[in-house]
Amino acid sequence: MSKVTKNNKSDKEVKPAPAAPAATPDVDLNNFVVETDEVPYQKDPAKLSAEAKKRMGEVGVMVDDAKSRAGTYIQVDQSVVHSHAEQDGVEVMGTNMALEAHPWLKDYWWKLVNPEADKFTQHSVAHPFKGYYIHVAPGVKATYPVQSCLYIAKHGLAQNVHNLVIVEEGAELNIITGCTVAPTEDEGLHIGVSEFYVKKGGRLTFTMIHNWAPRMAVRPRTGVLLEEDAVFMNNYICLKPVHTLQMYPTAKCVGKNARARFNSVLVAHPGSHLDVGSRVLLQAEQTRAELIARTISMGGTIIARGFLSGQVADCKGHLECRGLILGDTGIIHAIPELEGTVAGVDLSHEAAVGKIAEEEIEYFMARGLSRDQAVSTIVRGFLSVDIEGLPPDLAAQIQRATDLSQQDAM
Amino acid sequence: MLELENLSVKVGEKQIIEDISFTVDIGETLVLFGPNGGGKTTLLMALMGFPRYQVNGGRIIYKGEDITHMPVDERSKKGIGLLFQRPPVVRGVKLKDMVKACIGDKKDVPSVEELAQKSNMTDFLDREVNYGFSGGEVKRSELLQLLAQDPELVLLDEPDSGVDLVNIVLIGQMINELLHKDKVRSRTSSGLIITHTGHILDYVEPDRACVLLNGGIWCRGNPKEILSSIKSHGYEGCASCQK
Repeated sequence: MSKVTKNNKSDKEVKPAPAAPAATPDVDLNNFVVETDEVPYQKDPAKLSAEAKKRMGEVGVMVDDAKSRAGTYIQVDQSVVHSHAEQDGVEVMGTNMALEAHPWLKDYWWKLVNPEADKFTQHSVAHPFKGYYIHVAPGVKATYPVQSCLYIAKHGLAQNVHNLVIVEEGAELNIITGCTVAPTEDEGLHIGVSEFYVKKGGRLTFTMIHNWAPRMAVRPRTGVLLEEDAVFMNNYICLKPVHTLQMYPTAKCVGKNARARFNSVLVAHPGSHLDVGSRVLLQAEQTRAELIARTISMGGTIIARGFLSGQVADCKGHLECRGLILGDTGIIHAIPELEGTVAGVDLSHEAAVGKIAEEEIEYFMARGLSRDQAVSTIVRGFLSVDIEGLPPDLAAQIQRATDLSQQDAM
Repeated sequence: MLELENLSVKVGEKQIIEDISFTVDIGETLVLFGPNGGGKTTLLMALMGFPRYQVNGGRIIYKGEDITHMPVDERSKKGIGLLFQRPPVVRGVKLKDMVKACIGDKKDVPSVEELAQKSNMTDFLDREVNYGFSGGEVKRSELLQLLAQDPELVLLDEPDSGVDLVNIVLIGQMINELLHKDKVRSRTSSGLIITHTGHILDYVEPDRACVLLNGGIWCRGNPKEILSSIKSHGYEGCASCQK
């Protein structure tokens, strides 16, 4: 009589390795409304509803005390609810108004993002839009950050945003932008086209915190142009559930010694699909780029992309992606890509995906922390990306917003 | 303070420590000599309670309580502290946060900054734990954490390995502070130091010594006499001495 031997290593069926990363679930644009009631303008944003202010605070946008801001822009659904600038040389307004006030802006409009790129950009072109226009005059160094909030209150809305930021020669600006939604179980869509210009010797630090909802689809489309000696620091934080998020911002370093850095901190919850990357094209000598991603899957899927292209000699780029899988079902698919088209480029990457090393947990336990405390300390550290060049109070505020997001997320 | 009763420890299927017994009294420092691979680190890891190091015989008694099967964090809370020979790198976590975690809710401990100054680690507080640290920096970081923990029983795993002459003086001072060597009659801190070179004994004075060889205790006595004998005859001399 023959014996039946059970494979006791695993009762689970082993899945074949996918040839390509999991495709981002499609969005049917017909499911969303594009028109919505106008939300009244608030001269004093402190008069916004307590609920809206709470949500805005969670993404780093403080409306009760705007003294420590060079400017504020708040959009609810498709309405500019508030916009103003505190500092001379800094201009903040809706892009629709800016295009009317400054006809020369047509030279900057749809130049860094291809309007025909996909159905979301096509949708953006074809429908009414709002969005922030932020301009810093030559040589002006904004003392405080400009803050913006893109808020969705209407259920089932396709929010259409087109932002334009111009940092003129020798100017400096920090922007903190929070995108969030009123608590909802309904579907929603955010399409956000952003075009950022940092001119010769300018410096832009752009920090974006996303707190969406479990049935939100989010499609940012971003292009950045960096002239000689320009610096662009991009920090992106998304720790809350979202249904699908797909973005791949592209920065072009076209001027000598331009520098770009992208930091991304992402958590994918069960049911979330995040396909997020950043791309830098090094097109002038002595340009530098650094792409750093920290990703955690708690059951959701993360496609962590990165693309560095060295197109001239004497350019340098580094890409780092580290992923932790904390659930039983999560997927992290890291796709670091390097392209060199001439001799003399210096491009490198490192990627690691895994779980928290047991010896790290035990190390903390030997110092008196419980296992849970050890794990949360390690995860908190993993998610904290040092943001160079930020004023300490803004860094502290971003940390607070990250902590707030993390409290619920973990 | 610490009593090992016929302790045996295995790692995986391999028996590393077999039937050893010794005690460390309150206020006493015991040094444990032994060659590489002789089971010294295994012994300390088992005393700290790491699950990979399985006690399969005997008992560990700490302050009168059987802690043989107590989890790592509880042992730490009860006052046992370990200097790791090769601690892991923890990316993202800053040393200052680690030191804060070591201080926990203790009230009568100096501030993180004071402790860092004492261990010459002020410039490292914002660095990721052990990331890119040299041999001496790792030991100073470990001792900084232990000063913050302020344990009653200090387990030191090769505090002198990979350390240059400049660092070892400071490391010696910090160990003496941890062990409250400035107090003679009222000292309550105890230490168990592991070393295979004995360099640390130029800076820290232990009370007694043992030799751990092939998983067992082979010799007990005066630290200086035993070290001198090891220097003259090597650990092979210890083995043949017992035959």
